[in-house]
Amino acid sequence: MVMWRALVQRELQLLGRQKADWLNPLVFFLLVLSLFPLGIGPEPGMLKQIAPGLVWIAALLSVLLSAERLFKDDYRFGVIEQLVAGRQGLFSYVTAKICCHWLSTGVPLVLVSPLIAVLLGLDWQSWQVLVVTLLLGTPVLSLLSVLGAALTMAADKGGILQALIILPLYIPLLIFASGAMEAAATALPYTGQLAVLLAFLLFALALVPLAVRQALRMNVG
Amino acid sequence: MWGSMFRWLDPYAKPETLYHLCGRLLPYLMVLAVFTLLLGNIWGLAFSPADYQQGDSYRIIYIHVPSAIWSMGAYSSMAIAAFIGLVWQIRVAQWAVLAIAPIGAVYTAIALFTGAAWGKPMWGTWWVWDARLTSELVLLFLYLGVIALSGAFSEAARGIKVASLLAIVGVVNLPIIHFSVEWWNTLHQGATITKFAKPSIDPSMLWPLLISILGFALLLAALTCLRLRSQILIFEQHRPWVRQLLDSKADSTQKEQN
Amino acid sequence: MSIILAAEALSCVRQDRVLFENLNFQLSAGQVLYIQGKNGAGKSSLLRLLAGLTLPEDGQILFHGKPLFAQPELYAEQLLFIGHQSGIHPQLTALQNLAFWSALTDQQLADPYQLLGSLGLAGLEDIPCFMLSAGQQRRVSLARLWFTNKPVWILDEPFTSLDQQLIARLEQHFLQHLAAGGVIVLTSHQSLSAAYPELKSLELEYRW
Repeated sequence: MVMWRALVQRELQLLGRQKADWLNPLVFFLLVLSLFPLGIGPEPGMLKQIAPGLVWIAALLSVLLSAERLFKDDYRFGVIEQLVAGRQGLFSYVTAKICCHWLSTGVPLVLVSPLIAVLLGLDWQSWQVLVVTLLLGTPVLSLLSVLGAALTMAADKGGILQALIILPLYIPLLIFASGAMEAAATALPYTGQLAVLLAFLLFALALVPLAVRQALRMNVG
Repeated sequence: MWGSMFRWLDPYAKPETLYHLCGRLLPYLMVLAVFTLLLGNIWGLAFSPADYQQGDSYRIIYIHVPSAIWSMGAYSSMAIAAFIGLVWQIRVAQWAVLAIAPIGAVYTAIALFTGAAWGKPMWGTWWVWDARLTSELVLLFLYLGVIALSGAFSEAARGIKVASLLAIVGVVNLPIIHFSVEWWNTLHQGATITKFAKPSIDPSMLWPLLISILGFALLLAALTCLRLRSQILIFEQHRPWVRQLLDSKADSTQKEQN
Repeated sequence: MSIILAAEALSCVRQDRVLFENLNFQLSAGQVLYIQGKNGAGKSSLLRLLAGLTLPEDGQILFHGKPLFAQPELYAEQLLFIGHQSGIHPQLTALQNLAFWSALTDQQLADPYQLLGSLGLAGLEDIPCFMLSAGQQRRVSLARLWFTNKPVWILDEPFTSLDQQLIARLEQHFLQHLAAGGVIVLTSHQSLSAAYPELKSLELEYRW
């Protein structure tokens, strides 16, 4: 536990030093969202109708992009190699990375969600559901993005490859998160979708850190 | 017990043994595959009766259904090979992942193309977001991801391991994706799309279908053997046995020329 | 004397090139294995094999007489590996980097200021490492050797960009470690100058 706290502290120090790592994805998110009305037209009814899918596609792209450089420095400077050789700290390192990645990308999305509601004309009820889906869904986004970053860590090609392998895995999340918001918008029950999102989260929490650890080992092996 | 049960497989983990085994199996598999494919397809396309609703256009199932089934079968085999390769550190199993992936991707592409071609007369459009077609499309993306990842590393052995891990992650996700897409499809189903009621298929149509399915499976096995053999040669090229093999091949072609 | 680390008929293939074949050595407590060779001869690859990062093409590595792959956790607990790259994140300060490695190895670091000061880094503890020179970064990285209790050290080019004085100090520290029953495997372009009780040399040839 002492070790884990020290690792989280290190990640937070790094985030403090490299503010662009978490600020840029947030700006990207808002930018993408504001492109849609420009491309499709600002008609409120239309925006409201496509808002669920829109918000979630923007969210998953921004979280995905934010993870691209997650392991690059630690890999380049030999930290990962030495962690893998030392073995015992590797899993804590992975969980600390995932945790801090969510704190630095998922949580800001939740915090700016009122702004999204204003931009896309969401009502009070829809905004609440948006917040809940973001709280349940963004950790899964983080987990999968970190996995993508770990898999492609030592690859010669970067970002687009990571997107190529991870985006298909986002599909269930996209379907159920936007499904919950759509249901809420038409006053249908949406607890089922939220329960499925929770199930995804627990499932991913149980398996993804192990896969990330394995991916890191392979990338230096 | 677990160990002893599979002990007889051990020699085949040796690349040289497996190379020769694949070489011995290849001609039989190829001949059988060509035979069953010809039989199934000629029977299905030319001799089995037309469907009372769809006329002759249904006949594409003799290609569509087998390729769709084995696009998923290939993915499962690939994931099983990946699992064996990673858990027991068996390199030939990892190479098998690389051997199967492009074949599976092509099967998936065939299933998608024939599905679209079938959709045109049935639905009046090339593409509808039908649950099965959508799942198949995602499957193609998963294949392409594995192939892209395996080629993205300057150190080939590393790329294969990482791609194997992705194949396993993909196979864990596949049922979830499938279930999500089904659910999404029932939610968004358009009025114009009429799904086929599951008809009881007539034996005269079923037999050629079953034979075609078998044919596609044999073709998959044959192509896997073929590709695995070249993978083994590529990865073992510095080994003495490969050098000997290539030297003897070169000798025999020289003699033929003389 | 018991043999701590041994290699049996080790061979290594990189990118279809055989780096070395049929390599054997035995290392007992208090011994140094000093690996020499040209660039690309496979020094770093050998160290990575010995650190358990990669698997040998053929042969095996024994730790206390048992193969490495049978006891990876046990071996990793006894191992300190500093590879070709320093393991120092340039955005973090020397203190933060040390705190990270001490937390990971469960070694309490009583007085990091004193340690860094003794390595000639006094006054530089709190600035990000990318502002330090290569030699200073190397020192931050090597500071780990002063608060570890791991018996097996595997060091890739530890003397690179260090000045004579620090090299001498490092070699003194090596001697202490060996006297306490540790073993060291290291590569270097420089020759070793301290009087090692038992020095084993291994020359890797560059080959095609």
